[in-house]
Amino acid sequence: MNHAITAQNLTKRFGDFTAVDAISFEVEKGEIFGFLGANGAGKTTAMRMLTGLSRPTDGQATVAGYDVYREPEQIKRRIGYMSQKFSLYEDLKVRENIRFYGGIYGLPRKQVRQETDRLIEELGMSEFANSLVAGIPLGWRQKLAFSIAILHRPAIVFLDEPTGGVDPVTRRQFWEMIYKAADEGTTVFVTTHYMDEAEYCNRVSIMVEGRIAALDTPKAMKASFGVETMNEVFLQLTRPESS
Amino acid sequence: MGISKKLSIFIRKEFYHILRDRRTLVILLGMPAVLVLLFGFAISNEIKNADIGVLDYAQNDQSQRLTQRLSASEYFTLARPLRSTQDIEEAFRAGDIKMAVVLPAEFGEATARGLPGSLQLIADGTDPNTATTLSNYASAIIGDFLQEKQPLQQPPMAIQAEVRMLYNAGLKSVFMFVPGVMTVILMLVSAMMTSIAITREKEVGTMEVLLASPLPPALIVIGKVIPYILLALANTAVILFLGTEVFGVPIRGNYALLWAECLLFVLTALSLGILISTRTDSQQVAMLFSLMVLMLPTILLSGFIFPIESMPMPLQVISNIIPAKWFIIILKDVMLKGGGLELVWQETLILLGMTFFFIALSVRSFNIRLA
Repeated sequence: MNHAITAQNLTKRFGDFTAVDAISFEVEKGEIFGFLGANGAGKTTAMRMLTGLSRPTDGQATVAGYDVYREPEQIKRRIGYMSQKFSLYEDLKVRENIRFYGGIYGLPRKQVRQETDRLIEELGMSEFANSLVAGIPLGWRQKLAFSIAILHRPAIVFLDEPTGGVDPVTRRQFWEMIYKAADEGTTVFVTTHYMDEAEYCNRVSIMVEGRIAALDTPKAMKASFGVETMNEVFLQLTRPESS
Repeated sequence: MGISKKLSIFIRKEFYHILRDRRTLVILLGMPAVLVLLFGFAISNEIKNADIGVLDYAQNDQSQRLTQRLSASEYFTLARPLRSTQDIEEAFRAGDIKMAVVLPAEFGEATARGLPGSLQLIADGTDPNTATTLSNYASAIIGDFLQEKQPLQQPPMAIQAEVRMLYNAGLKSVFMFVPGVMTVILMLVSAMMTSIAITREKEVGTMEVLLASPLPPALIVIGKVIPYILLALANTAVILFLGTEVFGVPIRGNYALLWAECLLFVLTALSLGILISTRTDSQQVAMLFSLMVLMLPTILLSGFIFPIESMPMPLQVISNIIPAKWFIIILKDVMLKGGGLELVWQETLILLGMTFFFIALSVRSFNIRLA
């Protein structure tokens, strides 16, 4: 079993509207998998089905080897999730946020304390350690949110547009953190709007109107479309009439 | 790590939220005391030291004694002397008096001869409740006065109705307000605050992260409501303390039963709060919804301020689905009448049934959201 995620004809319908239309793909263990698409293409819905937040209408999927219908509890224990909206508590201090999320994932108190010190050290956040999250800059917050999402060393981490509204320097640092996590064996499933970020992924899929329109390495994808950048690939797929 | 450990971590986080929101905290802890004191002292149906005027045409021994008797009571204060009927009108307009007593020239003489005498009470009809209360008080004092004058000369045909108010002999309105305020506060803390607290997690986006974590959804909800249960029970203690110590409201029934019923009502209100939060995603909507759908009926239709018996039929029917109505009945039965479970078991069952109904509805709409 080498796949971190598998999906076969995974479908989600809301009434008449088909948000995700029979998508099939596999994500390898330790891979950084970019999940691209315009707003409303169904990225978030697909991700919600994989993280157990939403029940699929049809199709099969496994995450970390567990079935999304039958074993959501097993899945939840093995994944990390960073939502599109900010996922930390602003009225809690940095330390308290780490302690809380460590606690609900069942890490022993002693380990949480060690991890907290290590994290604050690694992120260079000692000056903020005892301040409320509301008072620290956005870039730091996102890095902190990511560190907390992988605090319990999940097999797979789902990141829903993690770098929205973050400055380029911080985005760069953020991707270094993603690489580091992947090097340590964590599979990364990430949605993004930024096409330069797509280049950082091992493989990307591009969703258009609920379907996966393309899935390959960035290099192969650019070659097959005969273009220089992922941005052009994206534009050709999402607005075929204008090309 | 066990479930209880996770729960305690969750509850600790919830207390951080509550304790760091200073403004809300002050309101939550201060409001019960303020409301009880306000209702107990200021907004009272009882009348004390109402200003009255006496127009005494008789000017004899009897009329002066009656005047003294009236002003000596705690209900009335003699505000100004009245010399003519014009004076009465003036005094009412100026707001100097709430009631005028007119004693005719033959006052005292007729009664001394055993004939039926008469006097006039003039009250300010712009405030009907006060007017009625004042004239009742005055009639009672005058009746006593006449009775003492001629103990042996009972009019043969007259039937004297002797009224005794059970459970609240002094007809103190605070006896009514304490159960009422308690109901409103418990509803507010339990239903409104929890619905806001849960929708806040949704609005901010942390709810998604919690739901994607291994925490069972039920534990998330329980963790969110436990601090509010404690807060609501603390408020209950404050209200009961002020009610009994400051206003002398009795607790004639069993304390354990009283607390159990309070806890039950808190759970009913919580289940309503949870239901609201499953149906809405924003704090503003949750708050408006709680205010309109929960608070207003709790204040207006529960019998707290307006008696249910005097409502139009449709409102009387609607009042049956207001949990507060049943809780106020329970509180009055247990506190004032000293009743036990044998007296309030029906109301208790109704509240229990409502709680299960709301929880079932919440679970259902929660599942629909997930699907």
